[in-house]
Amino acid sequence: MTVIDDVSNVPAPDAALAPLLEVRDLHVEFHTRDGIAKAVNGVNYSVSAGETLAVLGESGSGKSVSAQAVMGILDMPPARIPKGEIFFQGRDMLKMSGEERRKIRGRKIAMIFQDALSSLNPVLSVGYQLGEMYRVHQGLSRKAAKAKSIELMDRVRIPAARERVNDYPHQFSGGMRQRIMIAMALALEPELIIADEPTTALDVTVQAQVMELLAELQREYNMGLILITHDLGVVADVADKIAVMYAGRIVEDAPVHDIYARPAHPYTKGLLQSIPRLDQKGQELYAIKGLPPNLTRIPAGCAFNPRCPMAQDICRTDVPPLHPVGTARGSACHFWKETLGD
Amino acid sequence: MGRYVIRRLLQMIPVFIGSTFLIFFMVYALGDPVAALFGDRAPDPATAAQIRNELHLNDPLWKQYLLYMKNIFSGDFGTAFNGQSVTSLMGSAFPVTIRLTIVAIIFEIIIGITLGVITGMRRGKPVDTGVLLLTLIVISVPTFVTGYVLQYLFGVQLKWTAPSVSPEAPFNELILPGLVLALVSLAYVTRLTRTSIAENTRADYLRTAVAKGLPRRRIIIRHLLRNSLIPVVTFIGTDVGFLMGGAIVTERIFNIHGVGFQLYQGILRNNAPTVVGFVTILVLVFLLANLLVDLLYAVLDPRIRYA
Repeated sequence: MTVIDDVSNVPAPDAALAPLLEVRDLHVEFHTRDGIAKAVNGVNYSVSAGETLAVLGESGSGKSVSAQAVMGILDMPPARIPKGEIFFQGRDMLKMSGEERRKIRGRKIAMIFQDALSSLNPVLSVGYQLGEMYRVHQGLSRKAAKAKSIELMDRVRIPAARERVNDYPHQFSGGMRQRIMIAMALALEPELIIADEPTTALDVTVQAQVMELLAELQREYNMGLILITHDLGVVADVADKIAVMYAGRIVEDAPVHDIYARPAHPYTKGLLQSIPRLDQKGQELYAIKGLPPNLTRIPAGCAFNPRCPMAQDICRTDVPPLHPVGTARGSACHFWKETLGD
Repeated sequence: MGRYVIRRLLQMIPVFIGSTFLIFFMVYALGDPVAALFGDRAPDPATAAQIRNELHLNDPLWKQYLLYMKNIFSGDFGTAFNGQSVTSLMGSAFPVTIRLTIVAIIFEIIIGITLGVITGMRRGKPVDTGVLLLTLIVISVPTFVTGYVLQYLFGVQLKWTAPSVSPEAPFNELILPGLVLALVSLAYVTRLTRTSIAENTRADYLRTAVAKGLPRRRIIIRHLLRNSLIPVVTFIGTDVGFLMGGAIVTERIFNIHGVGFQLYQGILRNNAPTVVGFVTILVLVFLLANLLVDLLYAVLDPRIRYA
C-alpha cells in the first residue's frame, strides 16, 4: 500500500514514463520514374532507455528507410513522409525545424552504418572525423577535440589510439573501422543509437566482438538501441524485442524469446526455418518461396500472401491488422492462432 | 616519397634529351637558316659560307646538338634573329606569359569551380542545363573566334579595356586575354567539378556527415568539396604546365609579347636558337608541372602513396 501511495504522490513527468522514441503510423514513399514506391506503410514501434529493439527484415522491407526517417537523413525529394509521427522524448521530430533536428542528430540520436569504409570520409583522418563531433556540437578547440578523440578510441578498444589518431580510414582493418564508427556515434553520449546492419560487412569472428562491444557500451550508458539487421543470429543475443518487417509493415512484434520459441506469423516462421542448423546437416535448407514484392506494386490484402503457405481468400483482400498475441506481442496475420498453434 | 621524387627526376633526363634532340632535328630539317637570315635577297656565297662556318652548320647534326647542349648548360641559348640573345628574349617573354597564366588560372578556379559546384548540386535543374549548354558552346567554338569577338565587344565597342596589350603587359590589361585563354579549360573545370560533386553527393560518407549533425556549410566545404576537388586540382595543375607554353593564338590576337609570340616569330623567321631554346625550357616546365601534380595528388588523397 505504501508503495502505491509513493508512486501516486510523485508527479511523474511524462518523459519518464513515455518511451524514449515512439514511431507512430509512419509512412515513407519515394517518387520514382516507375511510380510511387511505398517503402514504409504505417510502422509503429517504440524504444525505451536501455532497451534494444531489433528490426528484422529482408532488403527492401523498409527497415533502413524507417530508421533514416527517424534520423532525419532521408533525401527529400525523392523521399516523402506523407503521414506519421516520430516522438523523441515526447516531441514530434517531424514538426521540428531543420536546425532543431540537426542539433538532435549526433548529439541525442546517433547512427552506425553498415560499411564503415565507405561511410568514413577517405581523405580526413579518423581523429579529425571523431573530433568534429566535439568541435561542432560542443565548440571544443582542435586540440581538446583530439584529446577527446583519443579517449574515445581507447574506449572502443582500438589499440595504440594515441599513435593511430592521425591515421586515415583505409589504414584500419574492417573491425577497427567499425569500432571507429561506433566511437563516433558514442562521442556525445546520445540517448539513442540506431545501428543499421553494423556487422554485415565484417568477418564472423569480428562480428561477435563488435556486437559485444556495442551491447556493453549500451548497458554502460543506458542508451536505447535500434538494431537493424537481417541476421537472426545477431539478434538473439542482444535484443530485448523484435519487430519483423515485410514490405514496409511490421508483421510481427514480440519479445525476443517468444519469437524464437513460437513465431506467430508465417513470414517469421519461414525466416527461422531458413537458418542453417547443425542438426539438419545434409538436408535441404528451407527457403521462403518467391521474392519480396515490388514496392510500387504491393499486393492487395496481406503483402506476404503470394509467398505464404497458409494464404486463404481473405489474405488476398483484407490487410490484416496487428492482432494482439498475449500481452506484449502482435502479429499481422489473419491466421496467427493457427501459426502459433502448429 | 623522397625516393619517388628522385626516381621521377632521373626519368626526366632521357625525356629531356630525347625531346630536345627531336626539336633540334625538326628545326634543322626546316630549311637553311642562313638563307632565312637574308630574307628575300640572295646571300653572297662567300659571306654565307663564313656564317655557316661560324655557326658550325657544316658539322654533322649530332655534333651540332652536343655543342648546343654544352652552350645551354653554360647559359648560352644563342642569338635570335634580331641580334638579341635568346636568354634576354626569354627574360622578357616568360614574365608576361606567367602573368597571363596566373590570370587564366584564377578565372578557371573562381568561375569554373563555382559553376561546377552549383550545377553539381542542382542536377537536372534549369541552371544546370543552361551552364552545360554554355560549356558545350565554349568548348566547340575555336579560341580565335571567341578571342576576336570578345576583343571587338569589350575592347572596341564598349571600350572597357584596351583592345591590344602594351609591351609591359601589366595585370589589368591581361584580364580579357586571360579570360579568353581560360575559357576552354574553364568549361572543362566546370564539367569536371560538376561530375565530381554529383558523384560525391551520393557517397556514404556524406550521409554520415549529415547523421553527425554537422551544419550544411561544413558538410559541403569540409566533406563534399574536399573530396570532389581532387581531380579538379590535378587538372588545373596540368593546365598550368600547358598554359605556360604560351598561347600562340591568344597572344597574337591581343598582341602580347609572351612565349607564344616569340615562338611564333622564331618559327616564322626560321630562327633555330629561339625555337629550340624556348621549347627546351617549356619541356622542362611541363615535366616539372607534371611531377608537382603527381605529388599534389598524394597530398590531397592520403590513399595514394608513392614508394
